[in-house]
Amino acid sequence: MADAASLPTPAALRVWRRFTRAQRLTRFVVYLVIIAAIVASARTVEVIPEFLYDAPEQVVDLLTRMWPIDWPHYQESVHAALMETIHIASLGTLLALLLALPVGVLAAHNLVPFTPLNLLAKLILVSSRSVNSLVWALLFVGIFGPGALAGTLAIAFRSIGFVGKLFGEALEEAQPGPIEALTAAGAPWISRMTFGYWPQVKPAFWSIALFRWDINVRESAVLGLVGAGGIGMALDSALNLFQWDRVAVILIAILAVVVIAEVVVTQVRKRVI
Amino acid sequence: MSTPAVSPVPIPADPFARSVWPRVALAALVAYVIYACAQMEISWERVLVGMDNAGRFFSRLFPPNFSRWDLLVKGLLESLEIAVLASTLGIVLALPIGLAAARNLMPPWVSWPARAVIVMARSFHPVIVAILFVKAVGFGALAGILALTVASIGFIGKLFTEAIEEISLKQVEAVRATGSPFLSVLAFGVLPQVFSRFIGFATYQLDSNLRNSTMVGIVGAGGIGGTLFAAFQRFDYDFVCAILISIITLIMIGEVLATAVRAIFIDNATLRDLFRRRGAVSHERVLDDD
Repeated sequence: MADAASLPTPAALRVWRRFTRAQRLTRFVVYLVIIAAIVASARTVEVIPEFLYDAPEQVVDLLTRMWPIDWPHYQESVHAALMETIHIASLGTLLALLLALPVGVLAAHNLVPFTPLNLLAKLILVSSRSVNSLVWALLFVGIFGPGALAGTLAIAFRSIGFVGKLFGEALEEAQPGPIEALTAAGAPWISRMTFGYWPQVKPAFWSIALFRWDINVRESAVLGLVGAGGIGMALDSALNLFQWDRVAVILIAILAVVVIAEVVVTQVRKRVI
Repeated sequence: MSTPAVSPVPIPADPFARSVWPRVALAALVAYVIYACAQMEISWERVLVGMDNAGRFFSRLFPPNFSRWDLLVKGLLESLEIAVLASTLGIVLALPIGLAAARNLMPPWVSWPARAVIVMARSFHPVIVAILFVKAVGFGALAGILALTVASIGFIGKLFTEAIEEISLKQVEAVRATGSPFLSVLAFGVLPQVFSRFIGFATYQLDSNLRNSTMVGIVGAGGIGGTLFAAFQRFDYDFVCAILISIITLIMIGEVLATAVRAIFIDNATLRDLFRRRGAVSHERVLDDD
């Protein structure tokens, strides 16, 4: 870390500095790059200022078109789409949990002490996370056609990386004591898993699952914009027809579901975990 | 298995007896899955038909077609610009809002409105916020920047507030006891305690904005997403593949840079450490961050 020997100043003149020269230089380079990036972006980004002056007018227009809110539309079609969104999020999370369990186990070095398999599992997790759920949705719409199936699979594939990564980390942090005791008693692999590891990672597993379900409820609301089912499809058609009063209903419905999901998750976490 | 009669605690016949509730929960879960699949018309036949399609779909994705690279580069640069500007604006705005929302430093009449702003900013997915901004400021990068700024305010504001609420008040009291004005209390009592966590949120948010800036284009808010969606709707699958490869590369580069920045500010790494580390401790870093 701090190498005091590299400072050539004599002891009498030595001034306390928190960072070495190399550290200061590195930080300076980072600041410089950040500022250069901001300046370059601000200069080259295509922003039409006339649109900005127009914004207040447009917002007022938007609000007047949204009012009065088309409440009857909720019963007609929004409710079914909203339920579909929740099903997509829940089924997608369940599928992701099923698929992520083996990958998470493979990623944990203390369970599978074989580095190539660990790296393979990590590659699966990283690629799952680095593709946005909308992109997964596009791919699955291409394969399965528009609809809830594509949305469910998109949510599941996006979540594998998240759940698997956190589950693998929880497994790696498990105390070796109970596992050693089981091994000493001659327990087979499956017993070591169910009685040694599972009780230790159970709280982490359920809290990861709940957390991801909460995220998935939010994400599944937009998947419909690319045709992958749920309330996003209703939103997309209302937007394309400029039916802003219906857009308002849909936005309120999404907001309500997101808030309810968050309350459910907090309550369940408080009671169960 | 007979137990000695002296045992003070009665030992149950089966110490690992299963409770009934997990089975009930499992049955309920299976019932729900069947119900939801029926509701959404998901069936095994559809999956099988899809599997047939998958082969054809992937054969059209490959080989990726980079011939329209100028369009690709333009879109990627715009996404990058959106991410940088939105993160900057978002961080600059989130710091005062997050500070105002901290209940241990601010009176309730300041913290509640600030918390309300943060909750509102977090409630919608950035793509939905982008739809509203497209209506307000028109198609283009500005809508994307504003949408992701809102998302950043929500995320950084929330985490920053939590970080400030968890600080030790001893340092704050010590600085206050010297008679320092409020800004000095912040600068010397509060910020040093939250700085390293703040770097963590900021790099995470830049990363997240980069991911989302490649998507807001789907609703017309600028960046590569518009190009991607247009190519997808025209069944230009080989160009779609090229765009996806570029997006994933960009995101991975972003993640590497974010990790480097965290190492520099949190672990006090120098440039030389970063390059040296890659050889020696790269395995360890993979475990830490990904």
